[in-house]
Amino acid sequence: MSSSSLSVQGLAKHYGDFVALAPTDLVVADGEFLTLLGPSGSGKTTLLSLLAGLVPPDEGSVRIGSQDVTYAPPYERDIGVVFQNYALFPHMTIEENIAFPLKMRKVGATEAKRRALEALEMVHLPQIAGRYPRELSGGQQQRVALARCMVYKPSIILMDEPLGALDKKLREHMQLEIKRLHRELGTTVVYVTHDQEEAMTMSDRICLMNAGRIEQLGTPADLYFRPRSLFVADFLGESNILPAALRSRSGDEVEIGLGTQGVSGRALANGNDLPPGSEVRVMVRPQNLTVARKGGSVPDGIQGRVSEVMVTGSLTKVYMEPLDGKLPPLVAAFPTRNEDDAVRIDDVLTLSWSGRDAVVIADSARAAGTA
Amino acid sequence: MTMTHAPGAKRHSPPPAWRKPVLMGAPLVLLLVAFLVFPVGQLLALSVYNGQGFTLAPYAQLFASSLYITVLWITLKISLATTVVAVVAAYPVAYLISIAKGPAKSRLIFWVLLSFWTSFLVRAFAWVVILGRNGVVNSTLMSLGIIDTPADLLYGFGAVLVGMVHAMLPLAVMTMLAVMENIDRTLPRAAGTLGAKPGTAFWTVYFPLSLPGVAAAAIMVFVSAIGFFIVPALLGGRKETMITQLIIDQVQQTLNWGLAGAISVLLLTVVLVVFVLYDRVFGFASLTGESAAVRNRDTAMRRLGGRVLAALGSASDALIGLVPRRHPLRGRSERPVALTAFVWLLLVLISLPAFLMIPLSFGKGGLAWPPSGFTLQWYQQLLDSPIWMQALWRSIVVAFGTGLLSMAIGVPAAFLMVRSQMRGKGAMLAFILSPIVVPRMIIAVGMFYVFAQMGLVGTILGLVIGHTVVAVPYVVMTMMAVLRNYDTRLDLAAQSLGARPVAALRHVTFPILGAGMLSSFLFAFATSFDELTISLFSSGGLSATLPKQFWDEVTLQVSPVIAAVSTGLLLFVAALIYVADRLRRRSLAG
Repeated sequence: MSSSSLSVQGLAKHYGDFVALAPTDLVVADGEFLTLLGPSGSGKTTLLSLLAGLVPPDEGSVRIGSQDVTYAPPYERDIGVVFQNYALFPHMTIEENIAFPLKMRKVGATEAKRRALEALEMVHLPQIAGRYPRELSGGQQQRVALARCMVYKPSIILMDEPLGALDKKLREHMQLEIKRLHRELGTTVVYVTHDQEEAMTMSDRICLMNAGRIEQLGTPADLYFRPRSLFVADFLGESNILPAALRSRSGDEVEIGLGTQGVSGRALANGNDLPPGSEVRVMVRPQNLTVARKGGSVPDGIQGRVSEVMVTGSLTKVYMEPLDGKLPPLVAAFPTRNEDDAVRIDDVLTLSWSGRDAVVIADSARAAGTA
Repeated sequence: MTMTHAPGAKRHSPPPAWRKPVLMGAPLVLLLVAFLVFPVGQLLALSVYNGQGFTLAPYAQLFASSLYITVLWITLKISLATTVVAVVAAYPVAYLISIAKGPAKSRLIFWVLLSFWTSFLVRAFAWVVILGRNGVVNSTLMSLGIIDTPADLLYGFGAVLVGMVHAMLPLAVMTMLAVMENIDRTLPRAAGTLGAKPGTAFWTVYFPLSLPGVAAAAIMVFVSAIGFFIVPALLGGRKETMITQLIIDQVQQTLNWGLAGAISVLLLTVVLVVFVLYDRVFGFASLTGESAAVRNRDTAMRRLGGRVLAALGSASDALIGLVPRRHPLRGRSERPVALTAFVWLLLVLISLPAFLMIPLSFGKGGLAWPPSGFTLQWYQQLLDSPIWMQALWRSIVVAFGTGLLSMAIGVPAAFLMVRSQMRGKGAMLAFILSPIVVPRMIIAVGMFYVFAQMGLVGTILGLVIGHTVVAVPYVVMTMMAVLRNYDTRLDLAAQSLGARPVAALRHVTFPILGAGMLSSFLFAFATSFDELTISLFSSGGLSATLPKQFWDEVTLQVSPVIAAVSTGLLLFVAALIYVADRLRRRSLAG
């Protein structure tokens, strides 16, 4: 990654005793769409503010291209920021808002007007140039904020929960819109959100943060299927986490034993090289569990009693209490079908999975950034 | 991965953290140290230092006769009575404004502001006209045949109380309103859904939440009243002399600086005691209207208070229940009709005295009621009088200067107070606001003493500095309120879009804050334009400002020209408020 457009080394920020960001390293490649994901207070907005130069760091450095910009003010960084509530200037028309960064760059008035209108075309809002921000809907304001940020073609665009204030439908629409603009312009984007679905949909890579640290950095599939910690497994989507004993290892797969009855199963080692006999945890996603009726042809699996059945639309979720009391409650999900033999409460079912759908999570395996 | 500096790459280092706060706060702090702390300190020192050495003679003189203690007692009595009446009367007004919406709210605020900004002198003098032997009340009662000879309404406790309450009511309303606007209006409604009848909901939920506003209004009124001299001087008799009048006498007539200092110490001590008591009971936080911190202590007082409020609630519910209602649910109007009527009656009463000056200013019969005939001769006299015209011109120049200087040093300080995280911010804010709570008379006398040594007495510069000391806290307070509502992300957005700090201020911050800054400026302008106490001494004998000229005129010889001046001032203030309001609206709309 030699052409990295943005890199951070040992960057840290404290507010009194509160560690907003522990020393952090991060490299964002040119043209990449990287999402900072995490619960509130996890440090993602702090990291973004440090990148934008909105707050000064306590230690560490920030580079854009080959320039050290650690203490450079925002107006010298050639970045674009899309703020959570858009921060459109209320006393300027939409056109004046979009032309503002060009004016600050001493672009002539006619040229600025032309480019502002062009930017409005790009976000499909050519007809609103003369209006004021408060006369627009939330979605329109959001697009204007994007246009204002893109009009001067910054090398990096930082977005702080830009879709947080929109309703679900509009949010999904704008996600596609932002992806399209990212593709067309090829700009590096650092995107902050606490919405894991949004992060999965949009990102080349996700940087999952927790308590001021990077918990795991990787592609959406990495984080979803190969979480390195319980936090990651739990934060992204629903998961079943089972205590297990490591029995043997073959290649990147391991054999595990579950519960008191010694039910055995297989799982991906997930980079863990623990010796046989170790206590580990195994994660299986609900949709990767296969459900079979008792007495069926499934030889090995966890038997459990159905405690709740929920139809959530496209998926049906089945909550189960394993008969083996040592195992925690489990949830399985499968596509909803219009069937007569639907699962009912108090049915006893057998759950199983294919070996590559379960992964081992060692408690100690705190992920360091894989940059 | 190796990182190398590109040739020519700029290396930034963090700027020293102390520089900005010092640059922003120092001018105001220096001004206050030089022209508030130093002069007041000098005056207080004069009470124990007579030029040769330490002395307690002024205090011996102070306590030798019962005169000063009696006057102090009268002062406290009048101030307390004023506070109680003003706060009780102001509560429904502030409440109605806080629940009103749209144009109704603007109208209410306009009339309160009109009284607030109409000169104390005009309003006090109006009462002389109303209550005088040939005044409005006497001539009305006599023409109705209720009395045969004019009653002595003027120069007594009643007249002083009426004048004081009238003077202080707008201040009480504005102070209370700041707290009431922040009370969540859904809370009494929530109490309603939980089973509380309207009266109980008001007394047990709304009223306790509004108490910090009541307390803030009470202390503002009390401290203002205790240092007031216009009303007792114009409306009071010998028995209603207040303590500030004694200070004026000592400085202007007997030139006894030591005794003036000793009386100031006495006055300041009383004010300090009041403030300490206030802080013990309510805490200073409630003064700024920022956080109505409720102290959760289960004391006997608190339990007793709770019971009293509950009883008041049941009592008012019983009263409300007595009023027959035709359609229990449908007939309930959202607008409290009785309250609205009461408040408007009060506002008419507040505004009326100043408006009475208008017909008088066009009448031939001088200041006697009712006005007869029509003439413009008083206006002609006013325009032909070089003394009045010079005073007007001087007042305008001084007010502009005060506005500009207050903004120049007050706005950065307000930014500092709102935006910075520095230590000692609370103490600094208290210091900045201290000119409001130190009795104006003490500041004025101390300033006079210092200005005399510096040759600033009678100069425009001296008046501008003096007025700025008392106007700048209001600028800082209004600008702080404006800045709290300002979304600082707009600045960050401007900077991220390439605007340097100065460009961000010019293109984004100032245009958006424009209306707020204008109203701060007008606040300072109006404070200076109406300032009498400092001008009384520091304008010197010859270069009077408008209020000083007004004061000289009404205390020495009363002429109908005063009515013309009053009318002019009233219209000027009304125009000022109207323009400020229009500007505010346009900035919101544009």
